[in-house]
Amino acid sequence: MIRPTADSANDAALELHGITKRFGAITALDNVSLRVRHGSIHALLGENGAGKTTLMRIAFGMLQPDSGSIRVNTQPVSLSSPADAIAARIGMVHQQFSLVPAMSVAENVALGGKGLYRYDEVAKQIADVARRTGLELDPSARVSDLTSAERQKLEIIRTLAHGADILILDEPTAVLTPQDIGELFDQLRAFADRGGAVVLITHKLQDALAHGDDVTILRHGRAVAHARMTEMTVPLLTASMLGAAPVSSLSEKKPPGDFGIAASLRGVTLRDRHGAIRGPIDLDVPRGQILGVAALEGAAGALLRALSGRLRPEAGSIDAPSLIGFVPENRQEEALIPDFSLTENVALKDAGRRTGLLDWSYMRDRAMNMIDAFDVHAPGIQAPARDLSGGNQQRFVLARELHDGPPLLVLENPTQGLDVNATAAIHDRMRATRDAGTSVVFYSSDLDELAEVSDRVLVVGSTHVTFCEPDREVIGGLLLGSRPPASTHDS
Amino acid sequence: MTAELAFITDALVRATPLIIAGLAVALAFRGGVFNIGAEGQLLVGATASAAVTLVTGETLGGFSVVVALLAGMIAGAFWAGIAAGLKARFHVLEIISTIMLNFVAIHLVSYLVRGPLQEPTRIYPQTETIPAMSRLPIVLPGTRLHLGFIIAAAAACVLAWFLAQTAPGFRIRAVGASFRAAWSVGLINTGKTSMWVFLASGALAGLAGSVEVSGVTFALYENLSPGYGYTAIAVALIAGLNPVGVIASGVFFGFLETGAIALQREFAIPASLASVAEAVLILAALSIAVTRGHGLPGTRRAPVQ
Repeated sequence: MIRPTADSANDAALELHGITKRFGAITALDNVSLRVRHGSIHALLGENGAGKTTLMRIAFGMLQPDSGSIRVNTQPVSLSSPADAIAARIGMVHQQFSLVPAMSVAENVALGGKGLYRYDEVAKQIADVARRTGLELDPSARVSDLTSAERQKLEIIRTLAHGADILILDEPTAVLTPQDIGELFDQLRAFADRGGAVVLITHKLQDALAHGDDVTILRHGRAVAHARMTEMTVPLLTASMLGAAPVSSLSEKKPPGDFGIAASLRGVTLRDRHGAIRGPIDLDVPRGQILGVAALEGAAGALLRALSGRLRPEAGSIDAPSLIGFVPENRQEEALIPDFSLTENVALKDAGRRTGLLDWSYMRDRAMNMIDAFDVHAPGIQAPARDLSGGNQQRFVLARELHDGPPLLVLENPTQGLDVNATAAIHDRMRATRDAGTSVVFYSSDLDELAEVSDRVLVVGSTHVTFCEPDREVIGGLLLGSRPPASTHDS
Repeated sequence: MTAELAFITDALVRATPLIIAGLAVALAFRGGVFNIGAEGQLLVGATASAAVTLVTGETLGGFSVVVALLAGMIAGAFWAGIAAGLKARFHVLEIISTIMLNFVAIHLVSYLVRGPLQEPTRIYPQTETIPAMSRLPIVLPGTRLHLGFIIAAAAACVLAWFLAQTAPGFRIRAVGASFRAAWSVGLINTGKTSMWVFLASGALAGLAGSVEVSGVTFALYENLSPGYGYTAIAVALIAGLNPVGVIASGVFFGFLETGAIALQREFAIPASLASVAEAVLILAALSIAVTRGHGLPGTRRAPVQ
């Protein structure tokens, strides 16, 4: 069913030719071509808004191009809906999961299929996919019990079970831990080795470089580079994506300054979201340092929330300042109220402590100061937060949390989902905050980011915490060493 | 008095409990509390008002009506408090408990007007009528328009001001818009805020019942409310949960229902046509809310705990 990999010029699984797409006055894609070979992982790189997702939505039949043609296995096709794309053996895994949590793995796989639902048949399909790619899941498990990594896996299994030879993945690593990312790429490689074609939409250069065979780079809706990955380096990729020298300031570290201690934990035990007890933890958080926190999925959440005063410890004492900046992981749900205006989102900070009348003119002034100081591009301070791009939302949140000069700033995955420029801007702010003598504590699931930005790294294990130097290999080794003994995470 | 004036004032009288109960629903929904029990809270409010007025008789003089309204608010808050307590203690969904408490309230009224509160002749299933001095004053002589309408309009303005300008009002809106952000950013005690919203919503619904007893019916009986508490949900939704908008939508529904009764009387057009019109309006309002992408207030994804 999968075409063998050929060396001829006809080894293209998916070809998009001269695709142009306009939304009103905006040209999202301008004469873009893309050629994905059988047996390869093709990285599609670009900043937010470069047109990566739009291009792949066209390849999956969700959008129709204004001009241009699509070929699958060298045959011209017309894709007027995702159903057409699935019939052409194209599958897409979106950035947002589209699973029904209350249903089993098998039922989710059967969704979108035809005819009657028979558990045995679906289970057989799933086993079949496992045999081909190593992607394995218990078909009877409930989706609500799965981790994000397993849900991601299920999305891919479902696509493959529907017969996809061409797999499009939109930012698949955003929600995964480093270990899970490694596993995902092993499985994608196994799929490609059997002749499948993978299109990987990503903005993580390292992932693309390490695992891609070919690369296409989009900038402002144009394809600015097509190449074999072996010809590429990080500076070359960055230059193509940004159209100029990388804007990210070079990693500058400082020896730990002596500003004293911002917060300390003594014999603290915590109950995490899953009810597991962690600790006891003893920890001093020094001022004037960026302390990176590395942990396996979910392990750091309770610690960061306890440090920022959002979680009461089960035992022990926490000595932390009363004023703490906190930037939670999930911007849209925890850091902002998308329906509220920027001014109202400013008023939200400390709303629990206020009494009497709100001084809206004071709030408006604060909001103005924040968007000026942090270069937030917004239609205005009365615009709802949902109208801002992800990078601007994050700068706005950071501005709000830093506005009153807290001695401690706690961040969770602060650059998740942001493009290269927005990430650099956040990193620069973190460094400036550190230089002003504030203690910056941030969790990241990206080891490269931890190694690049941290002055010191705290590795959180299931029972204890360890400090180490900001070195990718050292952190990775400690993390793997801290992995709880088997049986808790078999997949 | 012209027939037109009578019709208009009757419509405003009809609108009065709809506006006050509509405010109860709007406040609850803005605060993320799905209080469907305005009907029950309204009935216990009416019951408490009637009972307090009849028990105190003429001893309180002019304060009698004030005491009656306060008693209705306390009773409504208490009735809502049962559902609020069940939610806080046992995680019982308020959408279920408040609906069930509506039926309890209906049967409570049925029992009381045939038992302890029945009028002395023991013929009619209703209470004695309340003394004239305990009634809400008429604001437009020669009509039935009573002070309750002014109270309703004032309550709407106060509630709008409260939500927009005060710290507790802002907390209510924040908790309603995003439970998790309210806690995570604002360190708002969301449980406490929900509890207060629930009680205040119940008090408003109770006030609607008190005003109806003190201004219109002057006695407690079964079917005192032709579903005011349910129509109030439509009133609140069509107003976009905006308190000042509730005045307009409440008056609109008042005209609709009063007009339907007149049509039935004069031209034998079924009054249920008004119910059909109301249902169409609700569906239209919901479609607009959904297609604008905001969803229904209070139906946003529940926090994952």
